Amino acid sequence: MTDLKAQIIEQLNLQEVTPESIGDDQPLFSKEGLGLDSIDALELIVLLKQHYNISITNPEEGPKIFQSVRTMAEYITANQTVKA
Amino acid sequence: MAYITGSVVIAEHQVLKNGELLWEQDRNADLNAFLRAAYDQFSGHYPKFHKMDALSKLGWLAAEVLLKDIDNSAFQPEETGLLLSNRSSSLDTDVKYFETVKEFASPALFVYTLPNIVMGEISIRHGFKGENTFFVSERFDAELMSAYATQLLATTPLKRCLCGWVEVMDQQYETAMFLVSNEPTGQPLTAGNLNAIYQIK
Repeated sequence: MTDLKAQIIEQLNLQEVTPESIGDDQPLFSKEGLGLDSIDALELIVLLKQHYNISITNPEEGPKIFQSVRTMAEYITANQTVKA
Repeated sequence: MAYITGSVVIAEHQVLKNGELLWEQDRNADLNAFLRAAYDQFSGHYPKFHKMDALSKLGWLAAEVLLKDIDNSAFQPEETGLLLSNRSSSLDTDVKYFETVKEFASPALFVYTLPNIVMGEISIRHGFKGENTFFVSERFDAELMSAYATQLLATTPLKRCLCGWVEVMDQQYETAMFLVSNEPTGQPLTAGNLNAIYQIK
């Protein structure tokens, strides 16, 4: 998950955040968490496509997938497994 | 009668407030490095700054320096307006966005492909909800700026207005931002006085 955290930091240009400072289960979109916004959500979709060739076809899945780094990692793993 | 109560000029890697040099950096630094250094010098603790395009960063920094030490709580959100202008609109970011379209269109760049977004970033930072307008013109039009701001202050609920010039294209940039109000302090708001400050660098 450290690699994914680094990719998120780079994709979202979070210059004052380090991978170590992001908790695996920390909410990505609440003020108590990373405080990301709707544009960040679009950038995360781009990240999944660019790095993992995963497209989110059902927008309603978004809140579950992007709840935390762990849920993102689980979604990536599940979809890569399906492809394999 | 309206008055110029404060000014900030940022150009040639120098930051001047009310005509006095506050800070400068090596002129060989590229624009992004200069903007980051200025952010560290005058602000910090505003992570959204790093996501802005160069135009928004420049305008945001000018407002940050201009409004430092001013008590904004004395004004209602609707009483502060913005009136900005430049030559290149958002072209600097438009070109960068177009480059990304060839592979993955960048949502983060797309949201900055309008010049007036800089006024949104300043408004979010300081809680302004007053009227705002952005003009695109070949050069800084002090006549228009002084007349329009004077009219706004005389005929709308605005009690003060940030106005001026915020220009970025590639590595070329300059901003002259003024705080104008009905409060009888500072210089009278005239085209001549705006031009004199704009040309100070």
